[in-house]
Amino acid sequence: MGLLTAVVVWLITLAISIPFVTRTWWMPEAITDIGRLIDESFMVTLVITGFIFVVAQVALGYTVWKYGRKSEGTADFVHGNNKLEILWTVAAAVIFVGLTLTGFSVWAETRFIEKRSMEPSEGRLMVEVTGQQFVWNMRYPGEDNQFGPTDITLIDDAGGNPVGLDRSGPGGADDIMVPEMRVPVNREVEVVLKSKDVLHNFFVPELRIKLDTVPGLVGTLRFKADKEGKYEIVCSELCGLGHYKMRSFLHVVSDEEYDAWIEEQASYLF
Amino acid sequence: MTEVQVSEEVAEYTEVHRHPEPKSFIWKYIFSVDHKIIGIQYLMLAVAAVFVGMFLSLLVRLRLVWPEESIPLLGKLFPVGAPDGVMTPEFYLAMLTMHGTIMVFMVLTTAPQGGFGNYFLPIQIGAADMAFPRLNMLSFWSTFVSFMLLLAAFFVEGGAPWSGWTGYPPLSAVPEATVQGLGQDLWVASIAVFCIASLLAALNFIVTTLDLRAKGLTMFRLPLTCWTWFVTAILGLLAFGVLLAAGVLLLMDRNVGTSFFVPGGLVINDLPIDHSGGSPILWQHLFWFFGHPEVYIAILPGMGVTSHILSTFARKTVFGYKAMVYAILAIGILGFVVWGHHMFVSGMSPYSAFVFSILTMCIGVPSAIKTFNWIGTMWGGKIRFDSPMLFSIAFVSLFVSGGISGIFLGQPTIDLFFHDTYFVVGHFHLIMGVAAIFGMFAGLIFWFPKMFGRMMDERLNKIHFWITFVGVYAIFGPMHYLGMMPHPRRYAEITSVDYLEAMGAADLHLFITVAAIVTILVQFLFLYNLIRSIFKGKECLDPNPWEATTLEWAIPSPPPHDNFAGKVPHVYRGAYDFSLPGAKRDFAMQCNNDEAVFGSQAASSGD
Repeated sequence: MGLLTAVVVWLITLAISIPFVTRTWWMPEAITDIGRLIDESFMVTLVITGFIFVVAQVALGYTVWKYGRKSEGTADFVHGNNKLEILWTVAAAVIFVGLTLTGFSVWAETRFIEKRSMEPSEGRLMVEVTGQQFVWNMRYPGEDNQFGPTDITLIDDAGGNPVGLDRSGPGGADDIMVPEMRVPVNREVEVVLKSKDVLHNFFVPELRIKLDTVPGLVGTLRFKADKEGKYEIVCSELCGLGHYKMRSFLHVVSDEEYDAWIEEQASYLF
Repeated sequence: MTEVQVSEEVAEYTEVHRHPEPKSFIWKYIFSVDHKIIGIQYLMLAVAAVFVGMFLSLLVRLRLVWPEESIPLLGKLFPVGAPDGVMTPEFYLAMLTMHGTIMVFMVLTTAPQGGFGNYFLPIQIGAADMAFPRLNMLSFWSTFVSFMLLLAAFFVEGGAPWSGWTGYPPLSAVPEATVQGLGQDLWVASIAVFCIASLLAALNFIVTTLDLRAKGLTMFRLPLTCWTWFVTAILGLLAFGVLLAAGVLLLMDRNVGTSFFVPGGLVINDLPIDHSGGSPILWQHLFWFFGHPEVYIAILPGMGVTSHILSTFARKTVFGYKAMVYAILAIGILGFVVWGHHMFVSGMSPYSAFVFSILTMCIGVPSAIKTFNWIGTMWGGKIRFDSPMLFSIAFVSLFVSGGISGIFLGQPTIDLFFHDTYFVVGHFHLIMGVAAIFGMFAGLIFWFPKMFGRMMDERLNKIHFWITFVGVYAIFGPMHYLGMMPHPRRYAEITSVDYLEAMGAADLHLFITVAAIVTILVQFLFLYNLIRSIFKGKECLDPNPWEATTLEWAIPSPPPHDNFAGKVPHVYRGAYDFSLPGAKRDFAMQCNNDEAVFGSQAASSGD
């Protein structure tokens, strides 16, 4: 029975580990520097915890097998070993806390964003993303780089004004509303996250970042994508019965393509 | 040799506490104040709940692999939720919500503490009953009312709530957001009543442990099971009050127009919602301030049972007993200061993530100590492979696996990717769900002869063990791969996300569902064995069939009404004196003095 238990534990350990080694199911390729840094932390964690996982399971199986065999005499009489206790306490503390400390600079770069403002700074593209059941609304500030004011009494989904944009307000005339996000490659983008109704979560796997959109709060994410392509935006916070189909796309395109697209969008306004 | 030795001076004290054995069926078995009956009532409630919860998870699994196909039987059972046998997305979410709520509250919180704790804490400490027997009855019946309120949510108009077991507002607070009413109210009410029941029970457990210990039973002689029930009770006392408050506030937001959790400016279907000034994040803080200790409320008693059984069946004293106690205390304390790791992507201040992350990783330290000591306990032992032992060994394996995946999620940067994906689902099911349940299986089979005077069928238990052990890994292991894709949780369908289809999420889901069906089926084998053994199991006249050391094994099976027949046992030694050098047998019961263990001085010198 001891050997059987050991073999089953070892086989399970092997079966769980293989897909992580062969990368059968793996994260999509990261398209930002931050994303690649996060992948590095992930790999460090995977190697270290993977080692601990295998060693612990192998040790468990080995102990059960070794001391599960028929033998003469009684079991050892040992109450413990303080040196060993201290050793593995310190080792565990150093490894676990060390792991998270190494990731902190990446976290700071991702999330400690200078004082938020609706005024875009030089060269940075601003996109406002407003979640609602079960749609993403993207707003671009237009040529004046300024988002127009909003008023909830103006909200009219069917009439094409899902965020209640006041076109007559300052900077509101040229705001562009679209259902999908399009950004130029290698340009810093600041995403301003809002919600009209319940919690949603803006998640682009290739960017490696996600943040809840919280009604009443403004969230900010920043990224600089360096690979052109079409990426999915999936809602990652339960928002109601259509949660599973609340999806949009992030298109990372060349500067030329972006300029042509934004010009075309602007032309619909007048 | 297993006779109880009684200290005369405290016998008088217990006389005061003694209450006569009731004669009528109702007072004896239904509104009983006997902790043993109440313990069994809790266990029965948990068994009923776990089968309901498992059925709900089956529906969830079926919907995930056959979202559009008709299952005619479901159409008959749920004409609203599954018209023509096809489950609607909201029905899926409702099943998911109720599965989580029932499992977390009615199973993981009731059985280990209310069930086994109630039955065995007083006996293991040599008491006649809990400190407050009537309060104990009130706790159970409040829990029962709470369970009924929760089940009622299935049958009201609009059906069961679908805002997830975490009930995040505004989804849970604003009826317009779900087009739903009474079901969510019943859910909140159920949880509020559950909190009250758990608070009362927690008080009872704490006072019982501190005040009713037998003479000689110092805190450091307590079985580790008692330590975990004690610390779990402290966690419950501090955590459930917060959830109760949060629940009341949510109920008021829903029904009397307050705005604790709902901010102003919400617009649903073009209609402004009349709320202002609340914060959805406040609920998350309150909920997880309860929710994280709740994880330990579910798993700590399982750790205690595992330590107890590993030692007993390896015939070896617990390795590092004091380190184990300190680890339990450390887990209890740290458990209260890590709730923010559930909120790394909630929009709370990113600066606090550092603190929560460091503290979270610190919790890995006592967890690692426990794992090392469990292996250390078996090292050098003479292991007996009865099924309680198999479940305990498996507990260690599951605890390691579930703990390791937590190391990823405790780091905010990595959590950015994995948060709210199946990686999390796999992680918490392994550690909080399955490991805790393996602790319950181990405890139930271990204590079964004490509770019913009969043995469970060992062959059926072993069949059940092997299929369940492999089965749960087959279900929850692959969920980590789904998380890598990354597959968001709580999706009623995967067809609307392109990359999930491309990466073969459907195949993994099918694999998981098949594994779940097999694992669920084998639970009926266990249920059959359980019920059959209560009435027809092999009789066990030996009060101590496992040759264990703690006090419950010194009294007859099942124990008499007042456990020790009005006497207070005297405790002479620690809880795990196995294989003492020079002892007559390879175990020394706590109530046996040195003379009983080693033989009289005269006898030993005569040799």
